[in-house]
Amino acid sequence: MALGLALCAALAAPALAVQPDEVLADPALERRARDIGQELRCLVCQNQSIDESDAPLARDLRVLVRERLTAGDTDEEIMAFVTARYGDFVLLEPPFKAKTWLLWLAPAGILALGALVVLTSARRRGARAEPDPLTPEERTRVDALLAERRGGNRAP
Amino acid sequence: MRQAIYLLPLVLFLLLAGTIGWFMTKNEIEDRDTQALPSVLIDQPAPQFDLPPLAGIAPGLARADLGGRPALVNFFASWCLPCRAEHPILMALAEEGAVAIYGVNYKDPEADARDWLEALGNRYERIGIDATGRTAIEWGVYGVPETFVIDAKGRVRYRHVGPVLERDMERTIRPLLAEIGG
Repeated sequence: MALGLALCAALAAPALAVQPDEVLADPALERRARDIGQELRCLVCQNQSIDESDAPLARDLRVLVRERLTAGDTDEEIMAFVTARYGDFVLLEPPFKAKTWLLWLAPAGILALGALVVLTSARRRGARAEPDPLTPEERTRVDALLAERRGGNRAP
Repeated sequence: MRQAIYLLPLVLFLLLAGTIGWFMTKNEIEDRDTQALPSVLIDQPAPQFDLPPLAGIAPGLARADLGGRPALVNFFASWCLPCRAEHPILMALAEEGAVAIYGVNYKDPEADARDWLEALGNRYERIGIDATGRTAIEWGVYGVPETFVIDAKGRVRYRHVGPVLERDMERTIRPLLAEIGG
């Protein structure tokens, strides 16, 4: 049962909105169209790819991607064509560039900062486990207290 | 002094809350639509296109018609309710005559577009029919209505997403048109 559920979850693909009349005859081109379509954001719904969205604009963009593929464009050329018109926001995975390096590096940076804090506090705690040696005054006081104790338990 | 470190989480939290609060209220104060996406065309030349006319209403619209004087390019459709709301506001600006107002009729049956304009009145100087929506894609349009401000050099200076209401006209579009000499 658990295995079956895990299998279902693993095999589940997002429900596609690609209509039969849009599909290209050439399976290789269609596969490329699907890969591109998964990476382009539908700007009407904004949290779906154009392959998953039923919005008319998403359909227009799917058809456009297929037209350009058939015309012989590379995947990169198609991505560039769409971003030139709709901006980086149309890409579901933002590109790494001057404006976005903070976005990409922040998680690793925060993790490193956290590790640093944990390490230094652990080291400090380790150092504290080894107490400072007693000063001569402390030593004589301890000796006196111990001697007193050896002398017998007195009532408090 | 050592105890000061325990204030660090509080300070960090206040910084974060302050930043978020600032970004949230900044848009409110400036009356900006946070949902509207920025256009990549800003300060770029308007894209190439050539659209057929809405026969009997206005001549067609092409890239060559832009430039020379400031203009608005308004993507609209008869089936679009917000377009109906902004229509009188745009037409009032057209009436003044200083700025050319061009329409792009987006994915609309021609008869519907004609009926709509006959009922509401037409002051578009030119109207291009974008039946396939391809010209809208060239402009990065993701819904109607959208309105672009074009300067005398044919460059896109501003894009407004959604209906141009009276306050958008007064606060944003008119000042910009004044700046670019409209």
